[in-house]
Amino acid sequence: MVLSIVKVLVVTVILLMSVAYTVLLERKLVGRIQNRWGPSRVGPFGIWQPMADGIKLFLKEDLLPTGVNRPLYILAPIIALTCALMSISVVPFGVSTKVKGVDLFQIADVNIGLMILLGITGIGVYGIALAGWASNNKYSLLGALRASAQLISYELALGLSLIGVVLRTGSVRLRDIVDLQATHGLLSWNVLGGFQFVAFFIYLMAAYAETNRSPFDLPEAESELTAGYHTEYSAMKFAMFFMAEYANMITVGCVATLLFFGGWTSPFGNLLPPIANSFLAAIVPLFWFVIKVFCFLFLYIWVRGTLPRFRYDQLMGFGWKFLLPLAIANIVVTSLWLAFKGS
Amino acid sequence: MYLLLFFIFGGLCAAGALNLLLQSHPINSALSLIVVMSSLAVLYLLLGAEFLAAAQVIVYSGAIMVLFTFVIMLLNAGKEERTHGSKAAYIVGVPGVAVLVCLLSFIFLSQKSHLSNARLGDYLVTTSDLSAVLFRDLLLPFEVTSVLILVAILGAVALARRGN
Repeated sequence: MVLSIVKVLVVTVILLMSVAYTVLLERKLVGRIQNRWGPSRVGPFGIWQPMADGIKLFLKEDLLPTGVNRPLYILAPIIALTCALMSISVVPFGVSTKVKGVDLFQIADVNIGLMILLGITGIGVYGIALAGWASNNKYSLLGALRASAQLISYELALGLSLIGVVLRTGSVRLRDIVDLQATHGLLSWNVLGGFQFVAFFIYLMAAYAETNRSPFDLPEAESELTAGYHTEYSAMKFAMFFMAEYANMITVGCVATLLFFGGWTSPFGNLLPPIANSFLAAIVPLFWFVIKVFCFLFLYIWVRGTLPRFRYDQLMGFGWKFLLPLAIANIVVTSLWLAFKGS
Repeated sequence: MYLLLFFIFGGLCAAGALNLLLQSHPINSALSLIVVMSSLAVLYLLLGAEFLAAAQVIVYSGAIMVLFTFVIMLLNAGKEERTHGSKAAYIVGVPGVAVLVCLLSFIFLSQKSHLSNARLGDYLVTTSDLSAVLFRDLLLPFEVTSVLILVAILGAVALARRGN
């Protein structure tokens, strides 16, 4: 019991630290993409910048605009951050390693892990929607409306893109999905050996839209909507939305790694000799997992630094007329292939 | 433990439903409905229906209620005015509810032996059990229902397109 609580605390602290340093990574990388240095004043290479930002946001005056619907205005950032942090609870980070009956590398191993992730993502929308509505500001409301419409539209494509993977595994438990990809390294990953690259493409696009990231960041399009749904938020409440966005990015990276890129398994499969030391055997998978998630975060930031924002009708057309039919076609083809193989 | 959770979430569900009726602002009512849906999901989970619980959260709390709040936000619906309600509701409604409650409790009490399969907490209906029932034993009703939903979707599209 005590060990479980410690584990939950450790995972939460690591997640929050990764959130802080993902922000720094983004500022550094986008800086380099735009031919400038990014944060470089606080500590060597700006390494204490997240701490300085955190202290600044924490000490700032918490403004409460007069026209707002007060309970919902306060509730909205809490919903957003809670949902973003909750989803990490079903994500397995490494090989199941039991110490006194407590699995070190996963908070909760549930049979319906994948569906819980989808459900939490679905609930997270309310944070943004209520923030926009309760702010009593036209820019916020427009941002919130865009966010809800976008999230509903892309949730369909997102959910359907995962079905190919689930069909291959025959389970929605995240550990089962990874175990199926563990046999031959790179070649048995769903994205290559499982021929789910179309599904991965759909998932990636839908994930950008679900996390309100560029090129689909219309809910907070600065040039049109000031800051979108969080225009009226300041200090720690703003920081909560900010943290929620980056925590969602990390979760999406984790899910992509688990579902399409073999989770914590090494890309070399049996080419590497098996690890004899039991401590290393537990730690090395963790290393692969972190590397893969890092690559996703890098891709996210790279895309943000490279692509311009979509127009709203293009966004909707892309979701409904291209991704959704493609996802359904992927399900049909995968099912036919599995039926043909007779498994 | 399970019983305690049942009472907590059952109570939350009932409180949410009451709040839904008593609130005068549509967005508060919609939020209460989300509470009802989510606590129902927990009740399903307590009865061992994990897939149904997740589907309840994804479909009802996640998708349908987002559409509700979306529409309320889009129309910017204001507070509703308090009225005394229709006379018909008073005359038919209260006895109707009483009859319904009596009927349900009669059925539950008389069919106790058949309903006792459902217990709190100690067993689990896995996704594969559920799919075996849906796609093997009850395949025809399942397919007929999906055709019905397809017809409803087509009807909605036809109605929406009638303008041009």
